[in-house]
Amino acid sequence: MTGVALDTAGCPNGLAPPSGSGASDPAPFVRRVGKQDRLSLTVRGAKCGACLSRIECAVAALPGVDTARLNLSSGRLDISWTGDLSAQRIARTVSDLGYGVAPLDTRAGDADRKKEEQSLLLAMGVAGFATANIMLLSVSVWGGHDEMGEATRQVLHAVSGLIALPTLLFSGRPFFRSAWNVLKRRRTNMDVPISLALILAFSVSVAETVRGGEHAYFDAACMLLFFLLIGRFLDARVRRRAYSAARDLAALASRTVTRIRAGGVHESVRAEDIRPGDRILLSPGERAVVDMLIEQGESEVDESLVTGESLPRFYATGMQVMAGSINLSQPLSGRATAASADSLLSDIGRMLEAGEQKRGAYRQIADKAVSLYVPIVHSTALVTFLGWWLAGLGLRESILIAVSTLIITCPCALALAAPVVQVVAAGRLFRGGAYLKSGDALERIAACDHVVFDKTGTLTLGTPRLVSNDMPAKILSDAAQLARASRHPLSRALTMAAGPGPLAANVKERPGLGLEGIVDGVACRLGSAEWTGAGASRHNGATLFFVHGSEAPAELRFEDDIHASAALTIAKLRKLGLGVEIVSGDRSQAVAEVAGTLGIAQWTATASPQDKVRRLEQLQAEGKHVLMVGDGLNDAGALALAHASAAPGGALDVSQSACDAVYSGGLAPLPLLVRTSRKAREVMLQNFGFAAVYNLVAVPIAVLGYATPLVAAIAMSGSSLIVCLNALRHNLASEKPA
Amino acid sequence: MSGLIFLIPIALLMGLAGLAAFVWAVRAGQFEDPEGDACRILLDTDTPLTDSALAQSKPGSAEP
Repeated sequence: MTGVALDTAGCPNGLAPPSGSGASDPAPFVRRVGKQDRLSLTVRGAKCGACLSRIECAVAALPGVDTARLNLSSGRLDISWTGDLSAQRIARTVSDLGYGVAPLDTRAGDADRKKEEQSLLLAMGVAGFATANIMLLSVSVWGGHDEMGEATRQVLHAVSGLIALPTLLFSGRPFFRSAWNVLKRRRTNMDVPISLALILAFSVSVAETVRGGEHAYFDAACMLLFFLLIGRFLDARVRRRAYSAARDLAALASRTVTRIRAGGVHESVRAEDIRPGDRILLSPGERAVVDMLIEQGESEVDESLVTGESLPRFYATGMQVMAGSINLSQPLSGRATAASADSLLSDIGRMLEAGEQKRGAYRQIADKAVSLYVPIVHSTALVTFLGWWLAGLGLRESILIAVSTLIITCPCALALAAPVVQVVAAGRLFRGGAYLKSGDALERIAACDHVVFDKTGTLTLGTPRLVSNDMPAKILSDAAQLARASRHPLSRALTMAAGPGPLAANVKERPGLGLEGIVDGVACRLGSAEWTGAGASRHNGATLFFVHGSEAPAELRFEDDIHASAALTIAKLRKLGLGVEIVSGDRSQAVAEVAGTLGIAQWTATASPQDKVRRLEQLQAEGKHVLMVGDGLNDAGALALAHASAAPGGALDVSQSACDAVYSGGLAPLPLLVRTSRKAREVMLQNFGFAAVYNLVAVPIAVLGYATPLVAAIAMSGSSLIVCLNALRHNLASEKPA
Repeated sequence: MSGLIFLIPIALLMGLAGLAAFVWAVRAGQFEDPEGDACRILLDTDTPLTDSALAQSKPGSAEP
């Protein structure tokens, strides 16, 4: 086995909370290649090297497994094995370690984006190679300015041209293609001046080389490509990360369902193969993927992720279970009432899409800068050409000066300004316990002035805790003997308080009522007040009663604790100038208590997902930029609609996909998230300022005709370096304790 | 200056060799999981020595 301690569930370094419920059967997703079976799983909660070794070693130790490799960046676990190992056993091995696991449909993979990222990286490598080699030759030309013979210079220029031509053709493709696409639609973007500068610089340099002229801009053209491709590559990487969040949603929807065929045969099928009217089975611990009508069985169902209600509800024959709820105690069978595409889960998926489209109208700072930039650059170059030509300079010289203007004003620094800051800020946030899901998240979070919190699982821990401290230890240990047999959250809280111990004999779970069993030869009951014959409780939160034989019922009180860091976090957020509000789906009593403790004046209780969306729209109409923080399925619509959103690491996949940032380790990373975003926006604006100042200095030099290839090389690399260093300075400065 | 006839091609060939290595690395997926690879080097995949493993190893080479 591994050398890693196995007593803790989930990430051994505590970077993500353990999760492991609802592992569905991944058997339909197994691919057969020759004699080998292959399966891809998405693993949630794996954050560090210890997680990596733990998961890989545990899976590799299963009989017949040939390879098990986890990609820590994307959370994808690829397994290949021979023999009759069941896919479910693999999935259970991972979920038993405390990680969330879902089968990954490789058909819906991100192959296209991966290919794009790879081709950008290759293009960048080629451009880098060409820049370095041409610079080697160019430096000799500049260095041997006076002594070098004309023939030698011409040869060196020709060699440079021979390196530059294939580079331009290969590495320039992303820019040429994008420029051509927008020009066809009679629009323009940053790639138009880039392509124009590249083509003109190259053609003019070829003409100069043939003529035996002094200046060739092959090095400038390649360097330009290199810097631009760095920015492009970083951007593509951030985007792919954001996309993999959306893929998690697909993974959630691609769960499997147990279908009961005529004749009672149970089979595992993909959720999308379920038709309304199919008979399906929902085992204890399983999450419903389609809405179903119960025909047989009764059980308790945890629908906290659907409605935000913190306690499970009792379900019996004839009731409708919503997709996204988790069955807790007894198997339920029934008929699917909607296909998976029409179930609540997909409704919420559509709410997400609608929200994202509304938000898609947001324009990034970089785009705004470019739309100002392009016309100015083009007209400057044109005016330069016309000016010199009309002033009587030859056509060749005028074109040369205009091209050097175009090269020097080309937006290298502009292309690097935003992506570098994003990468630096994302790294800083990651160390602080938060990670970003989309590239423009920083800019949107920076603009927020109002925070809306969900209650259950966000401000509170979402799991009840036993608070009856003065209770005799005997009652606690006896009650725990019954509780160990149940998945009910209150039973789990009781077990947690009592610690490890024996299980009572003949424990039976009565859904909606409680547990009964035999402890030390005496029949005992643990459950609701009516069932145990106790009077109504005066406690506000959840209660259980325990009866030992004929003794009087003992009351066990539970509370949903508020996060230890909540009060401090809210104070910090207020200090940053943000308004704070709670919108929860839970009972008003529970919400009022939390709001009172934290001193939040504005709160809404019993809000449905639609109510939450409506409240956000109302706030937006008031001109507020809302940062929504929530974890449940019922928050997903609001998360997608809000100006920016964040979810805790323990949230459901769908909510994590809907939001801009995910944080772990309590609420503490939230103020950091806001502060870092504001700082990042500031640095981005600074960088654009630098780019503008640089142009104010460089353009007159170029227009006056002093921009030799040497000046262009220094100016371009200089401005790009300044922009990168400025972004890094932000990183170093914020490392210091505040 | 005649040295350039050799030196420039040599410099280019060396650069191309580096580029070829980079292309191979990208194609082979070496840049797919930077975080995982950074951790992987620290992983100790050796299994702890059990009694049977100790018995199999040569008595002279084992640490006391």
